[in-house]
Amino acid sequence: MLLHDTAVLFGRYARQTLRSPFQIFFGALTPLLYLFFFGPLLTGLPLGRAGDSWQVLVPGLLLQLGLFGASFAGFAVIMEKNWGVLERMRVTPVSRLALLLGRTLRDTVLFLFQAVLLVLAALLMGLRAPLPGILVGFGFVTLLTFSLASLSYVLALRLPSPQEFGPAINTLAMPAMLLSGLMLPMALAPGWLDVLSHFVPFRYLVDAVRDAYTGHYATATMLYGVLAAAGLTVLAVTVGTRTFRGAEA
Amino acid sequence: MAIISTSGLSRTFRTKQGEVHAVRGIDLTVRAGEILGFLGPNGAGKSTTLRMLSTLLPPTGGAATVCGHDLLRDPVAVRRKIGYVAQGGGVDPQETVRSELVTQGRLYGLPRPEATARAAALARDLDLTELLDRSTAALSGGQRRRLDLALGLTHRPALLFLDEPTTGLDPGSRAALWALVRRLRDDHGTTVVLTTHHLDEADALAERLVIIDGGAVAAEGSPAALKAEHGADTLQDAFLAITGRGPAPVDTTPVAVQ
Repeated sequence: MLLHDTAVLFGRYARQTLRSPFQIFFGALTPLLYLFFFGPLLTGLPLGRAGDSWQVLVPGLLLQLGLFGASFAGFAVIMEKNWGVLERMRVTPVSRLALLLGRTLRDTVLFLFQAVLLVLAALLMGLRAPLPGILVGFGFVTLLTFSLASLSYVLALRLPSPQEFGPAINTLAMPAMLLSGLMLPMALAPGWLDVLSHFVPFRYLVDAVRDAYTGHYATATMLYGVLAAAGLTVLAVTVGTRTFRGAEA
Repeated sequence: MAIISTSGLSRTFRTKQGEVHAVRGIDLTVRAGEILGFLGPNGAGKSTTLRMLSTLLPPTGGAATVCGHDLLRDPVAVRRKIGYVAQGGGVDPQETVRSELVTQGRLYGLPRPEATARAAALARDLDLTELLDRSTAALSGGQRRRLDLALGLTHRPALLFLDEPTTGLDPGSRAALWALVRRLRDDHGTTVVLTTHHLDEADALAERLVIIDGGAVAAEGSPAALKAEHGADTLQDAFLAITGRGPAPVDTTPVAVQ
């Protein structure tokens, strides 16, 4: 039941995405601009971490892609809510968890595709990283986008209109990006900022991916990253399922 | 045989201004094969009652059995047997008529070939065949309402809920939809429960009316019985006698196609 329903809904949303090449490629544009126009500025600078500037920047851009892309996924559910589509689906016996999973899996596949595009472009720009490290990075992007898309849907169900949703997401995502050291490692930050950034879970994810890009897998940083990603995923699925189950969602 | 049975069904909303008792203890029995209309002014509690009976909104009090299943204990079993068409519809403007119908069938567990065949059959029954590959965004109000109805009938439900089914439709489309509802009952034995604030619709379509006012049942009976009981020539006069006020003004706003 759950698998069947999830597959049906994933197929519906995947087909919608495939009909919109703009949506597929546009999401990767901002990280690509950072890669092309910001990345070269960092070449040769001491960034307080092992590895060259591409090994520091590209993990940050990958997670930026997930953070901003997935956080705004909720716009779609606001539209569906306004069109009455969500209510129509909720009167069917479809699994409530599938209502969440069908969408988030589509988002995850979409952002993973964009992440692959970004890494391919980065390789052309000069990134050199071990293949297992690159794959670990994709794993983190997968968990991050899955979690954030779920939480975005939860927020979207609670807010009445896109006019409220957009600013709310910007207010949450921007500090999260700045405090997690996506652009530059927090090792460069003054002490108070470094301490503050430890309260932002994305910091652990980006640090773990940076370790992976330099071939360091069995590190405490990696462990913290895995724990943060797993915690986010569990939180997102729990809250998301509860919200979609809620009869008034 | 009763297809709906409620006892003290209630719904209270908590708002910043305090509690709002939208539905106050409704006792109701609906017989299988009946066309029942909930009639009442805006905000009377008609749609809230319908949303509770269709599992969209949990009651805060009372009990109900729908299609032989307890509404609170087994909502999934209820959902398998009911169809629901919301006031504003539920069509995705990014999809075609065919894809909406097929997906709806799949959500009821039909294998793809069967869902596809069912979509074609429904399109034939509801005069949508020529529109199957058209984007739903390009449908007229009447066409879209027929699609809404088709979506609610995909799994051949025993009980169909229609929330303000003809709001925003032109007179021709309204009459066509009334004919469809009657055909559903006559040909398939489908029980239809609808809400309306159009007195002409209630008079023409419903065999029995439940007049809801202030969240409670104010009167119940066939349109003829209600008129006779209150010595009224028209349903409007009977409604006025029962509720002390006229019905809501007729909404002539066309259904928005987004």
